[in-house]
Amino acid sequence: MIVDAFYAAPALLILALGVYTTFVRDTFPATVGFLAYGLLLTVAWVQLHGVDVALTEAAIGGGLTGLLLVRASAKLRATEAGARAQRPSLALRLAAAVLCGCVTLALAITVLTLPDPAPSLAVEALAHIAPTGVGNPITAVLMAYRAMDTLLESIVLLLALVGVWSLAPDRAWGGRPGPRYNADPDGILAFIARVLPPIGIIVGVYIFWVGADAPGGKFQGATIVAAMWLLTLMAGLSDVPPISRRWMRVLLVAGPAVFIAVGIVGVITTGTFLAYPDGWAKPLILVIEFALMPSLALTLGLVLAGAPERPAP
Amino acid sequence: MSAVADVFSYIAIGAGAFFFLAGTVGLLRFPDTLTRLHALTKADNLGLGLVVLGLLPHVDGVLNGMKLVVIWLLVLLSGADAGQLIARAARRALRRHPPA
Amino acid sequence: MSEFLLAAAGFVLAMVALGLVRVLRGPDDADRLMAGQLLGSGGIAALLLGGAAIGDGSVVDVSLTLALLAAFASIAFTKFAPGADDGDDAATDPARDHRADAP
Repeated sequence: MIVDAFYAAPALLILALGVYTTFVRDTFPATVGFLAYGLLLTVAWVQLHGVDVALTEAAIGGGLTGLLLVRASAKLRATEAGARAQRPSLALRLAAAVLCGCVTLALAITVLTLPDPAPSLAVEALAHIAPTGVGNPITAVLMAYRAMDTLLESIVLLLALVGVWSLAPDRAWGGRPGPRYNADPDGILAFIARVLPPIGIIVGVYIFWVGADAPGGKFQGATIVAAMWLLTLMAGLSDVPPISRRWMRVLLVAGPAVFIAVGIVGVITTGTFLAYPDGWAKPLILVIEFALMPSLALTLGLVLAGAPERPAP
Repeated sequence: MSAVADVFSYIAIGAGAFFFLAGTVGLLRFPDTLTRLHALTKADNLGLGLVVLGLLPHVDGVLNGMKLVVIWLLVLLSGADAGQLIARAARRALRRHPPA
Repeated sequence: MSEFLLAAAGFVLAMVALGLVRVLRGPDDADRLMAGQLLGSGGIAALLLGGAAIGDGSVVDVSLTLALLAAFASIAFTKFAPGADDGDDAATDPARDHRADAP
């Protein structure tokens, strides 16, 4: 009974917050509702024993998404009154409602007709984990069984950054992203931006390192480190380097490049792209993760820093 | 020994839960933003602290215990800072739209 | 013991839910921002209690991540909200140059 209540409470809250976020008219309350929704999803993932996913949700939803959405809602505020004045026609609203209802119904039917027990590769994943040398089956999936997906994901992030940069006006191309932020050097913001990052970098590296045997990994770790960097940017304690800097470009592509190089080593030694030679799985996985972590942190930080706005001197 | 630890946990976690209740009552009952913020930051930090205190006898290893304490200290730090920042935002809002 | 821990976690979540209803109603955005703080401390407490009940030590790492980033949304809001100068209150010291970082 008590256990049921513990499991039901977040589920009901998530539903309620979903309704609130959908129905509230203003952007900022919707943003806050969505962020709260993300935090509750973290609790729900833990209840479902998906601690790896919970950790990702905590890092992304608690840090980067909040920054992104709050900034977007601040920019949209000027248009808010105009948006509120427009009221779509009854037919349009009905059509949207029917469409959303159909999607929900289809999802509900799919979930309710899932075979029981659900098809799972979990047993297989655990059965073949020994040669990979890692203890966390999620890491084994990401870095060994489906390493190709992870490689493509890291490249997709780079493409996203190219997309953000392509929004730069011509005169600012090659310059520094975003505005230069100022803050009172003796103020609260500067204080927390000095105290938190040293702790945050240690936590980020710890989450990265513990990923071999427990929930964690490079992606979550890199997200935390990127969040700490953005904190020092917002407090005006540091500035983004101009995007034309050679070392920065090298650091951005270093992770995926090492990943691809290890894949080619697999072609040479075993005949298959991204296959690890016997006994070399763990060291090669470590090489990839160590190369990817800084690249990911820099990519995520730069994606959130935005398009170049200030021409390089 | 474990019975003593259990009783200690019951008391500390129960007290922590009480402070979460107190914080929520404050949020519901207090009349304006600043007093509500006061209720939230005070009660929640103490509530989490007591919960952490109650969980300490049950963690295995000193390292995990220290992690719990670090979590509480981080929440204290960010709670205090966010409290200040939210209060300033509230004051700015008050300046823009003074109460009639 | 684990029954008690789950009950405590459920209770804290219920308190968070009640508080959320209040802060999300506003009237100010500052009120709504408290939702982040409320879920920060309450969510972490529920996670720690639930993790201890399930006996999953890695939940502590999730809580650690949440605790680290607990103030992030509030910081971002005070930095980018309209009328925000720079996250710090300019009016306390007019001598300093607090130029707004208008987007």
